[in-house]
Amino acid sequence: MCDQTFLVNVFGSCDKCFKQRALRPVFKKSQQLSYCSICAEIMATDGLHESETLAALRSEAESLKGKLEEERWLQDLELEAVAERVEALGQFVMKTRRTLKGHGNKVLCMDWCRDKRRIVSSSQDGKVIVWDSFTTNKEHAVTMPCTWVMACAYAPSGCAIACGGLDNKCSVYPLTFDKNENMAAKKKSVAMHTNYLSACSFTNSDMQILTASGDGTCALWDVESGQLLQSFHGHGADVLCLDLAPSETGNTFVSGGCDKKAMVWDMRSGQCVQAFETHESDINSVRYYPSGDAFASGSDDATCRLYDLRADREVAIYSKESIIFGASSVDFSLSGRLLFAGYNDYTINVWDVLKGARVSILFGHENRVSTLRVSPDGTAFCSGSWDHTLAFWAVEPAPRSVALACGCLCCG
Amino acid sequence: MATITGPGTPGGRPRAQSPHLSKMERVVVSMQDPDQGVRMRSQRLLITVIPHAVTGGDIVEWLAQKFCISEEEALHLGDLLAQHGYIYPLREPHSLELRPNETPYRFQTPYFWTSTLWPAAELDYAIYLTKKNIRKQGALVEHEKEHYDQLHKKINHMWDLVVMQAREQLRAAKQRRKGDRLVIACQEQTYWLVNRPPPGAPNVLEQGPERGSCTASRVQMSSDFYKREIEFSRKALGRTRVKSSICLEAYLKFSSQHSLHDPIMSGCLPSNPWITDDDTYWAMNAPMVAVPTKLRVERWAFSFRELLDDPVGRAHFMDFLQKEFSAENLSFWEACEELRFGGQAQIPDLVDAVYQQFLAPGAARWVNIDSRTMERTLEGLRQPHRYVLDDAQLHIYMLMKKDSYPRFLKSDMYKGLLVEAVIPLETKRRVFPFMWKRRHSSPSPALLPTSGEPPAPSSAAGGGGEG
Repeated sequence: MCDQTFLVNVFGSCDKCFKQRALRPVFKKSQQLSYCSICAEIMATDGLHESETLAALRSEAESLKGKLEEERWLQDLELEAVAERVEALGQFVMKTRRTLKGHGNKVLCMDWCRDKRRIVSSSQDGKVIVWDSFTTNKEHAVTMPCTWVMACAYAPSGCAIACGGLDNKCSVYPLTFDKNENMAAKKKSVAMHTNYLSACSFTNSDMQILTASGDGTCALWDVESGQLLQSFHGHGADVLCLDLAPSETGNTFVSGGCDKKAMVWDMRSGQCVQAFETHESDINSVRYYPSGDAFASGSDDATCRLYDLRADREVAIYSKESIIFGASSVDFSLSGRLLFAGYNDYTINVWDVLKGARVSILFGHENRVSTLRVSPDGTAFCSGSWDHTLAFWAVEPAPRSVALACGCLCCG
Repeated sequence: MATITGPGTPGGRPRAQSPHLSKMERVVVSMQDPDQGVRMRSQRLLITVIPHAVTGGDIVEWLAQKFCISEEEALHLGDLLAQHGYIYPLREPHSLELRPNETPYRFQTPYFWTSTLWPAAELDYAIYLTKKNIRKQGALVEHEKEHYDQLHKKINHMWDLVVMQAREQLRAAKQRRKGDRLVIACQEQTYWLVNRPPPGAPNVLEQGPERGSCTASRVQMSSDFYKREIEFSRKALGRTRVKSSICLEAYLKFSSQHSLHDPIMSGCLPSNPWITDDDTYWAMNAPMVAVPTKLRVERWAFSFRELLDDPVGRAHFMDFLQKEFSAENLSFWEACEELRFGGQAQIPDLVDAVYQQFLAPGAARWVNIDSRTMERTLEGLRQPHRYVLDDAQLHIYMLMKKDSYPRFLKSDMYKGLLVEAVIPLETKRRVFPFMWKRRHSSPSPALLPTSGEPPAPSSAAGGGGEG
């Protein structure tokens, strides 16, 4: 501002000090005001002071971030070194035991019912179907008024389902066997976002839903009233996935987004308690390790990573040079020893969580695998794909003696 | 307050292109390396000789060697490279798939690489189809004919331009050598196979709904933003971090402890329903079964959470507590869970009920909480919300976990349960198809009658490991 010449063409009351002076136009937040020369000078030096403070804040923030990164990487042992004592896993013969064909379009999401055999699945054409996968019978079907239903969830009681997508909403449908009732009639609109719904999950009961959205936020809702109970802001871009922690006493969940960050939230306060930013691209899926002390993430950078919450850092990367396409969906086996990941190259890779090695690769789909979940009792896992089908995989059990030998600390 | 949008804002720069495309390009470039790449040869097509061709079999072998993967996986990867238009077959270029034999392939020119992300305009497609039509009558396949007719209607006003361009390009092409002409035609055809896939072929360009369009990506680098970052970093630095070796040991312990309970790792008895079509396993492990299996009873000893998560375990624990005259603790805990996960509208009534039953002086089932927690809780009850009982609940939970739970595990009751528990006999898989067992359907949970009392909220599978 120093070497500008000011043309004084107005004489009047200063907008700041109201004294009668010669005025010049100044711009504050794109609003034009008229200040006297004294007030203009003060504003200029204030601005300078402000930008100095801003620069100081920025450098402080950056140095603290740097310190944090350093501390996180101060490690004493790698997972591989610790896991050397564990026996390597033998070959698993994993085959498709059921295939559900009934969606006329890309399957985008699925969720298991707690009865271990029913599932709900949603697809691009708006269809949401409830199946008894064991008998492969369809039990309920509803067509949403929008396309790309990217999120669906089964209520803990088994009496309702939730789903949403490009309609920016999450709706709950009670499941009814009454022939005279149209499922869509009892639909309840619960969540409202300003962009697409990417993920949803019931908490421990049918009465609360947690949602993640392309508008960069997550939110907790009361199902009955549709009231927003808590919102979670902090992601710098679309949130793509979430998972609730199976922890003893806490109320936390983890979310992953297009800002490459995985963030752990306290449901009660709405605050982010931990954040991890080591992925190189969008995080498509997050899932907790069964003990709740860690979580795995799958990303478009073709890697899956394991983050430990108590150590506050990434502890393992599951990647291979030949795996080029992004991982869309991850889940653990019941004991946490195996990590199943569905990829955009139509395959499913099975990883040994402890040793970091790939155990096997499964070919079974003719288009990208969009969703993958292990059943609640761990007897099988289900993969849904853009090839319109859902496949159920189970393992031929190894002979008893071999099974005892692997994964056991006392031998090896 | 003045705000500045920083140059390196997360949303400031354009979203990076799909990382898989650049990775595929790196693979394709290294495949063309003169020393380390795939063996190049000249391919004879009728009377023309095309240089720098490779066979499908060589591609598969090279990929298998380079990445140390099986031939099946190498073929799958190679096939994806073809589907994305990075390699094309010299003969029959109307389908992009990799054949692991002597079929000749060539590498697509970078000009046509999928990552250039040209909009592949209608005008260009119209010109391409017109050229094909002119060059040889009836060369257009079914879906191309449809597209051609559609475009003819849609951009009819530009059709003179289309025909003129097509003729010009064909004329220019005639100036080139036959070999070059053939290659360019293949390259162009491949480009259009990727951008306008025939029906039935996967559309590799489809990505799903657009991401990164939200305004959250335009973060304002204001002083508020930095203050929040600083606070977050300070908190994170102040947090006590557990040594990674301890955490890693915890995984080993957890996984080995649960290994026998993991059907994928150790199978399940009598058999895995998905394999034998016999759902006895589910019947024997039903939520409220009368006699639980041995594995199930053993799991109750892994952690307090595992015991509480199992309805049968929890019921037995309640019996045990009744014998010890401290059942009100578990009932209180259950009531608190109901509050935490219940509906918003029920909160005032629930809080009141809990207070009357468990916390009020002289209450019928008064719980023993330390005075400070009790004071805080009673204070909070003036303005009830769903987390108002959290402190009290945690206190009682810890009491049960540290005190009652270990005694339960040592009790005769628990030992008796272990002895009585069932170990199912293994049923072998039926080999002969005519003995195929009919799959039983089961009643949907949505059909089950609701009991008078709201059920205790069932908890998620998997428990918190004891550290």
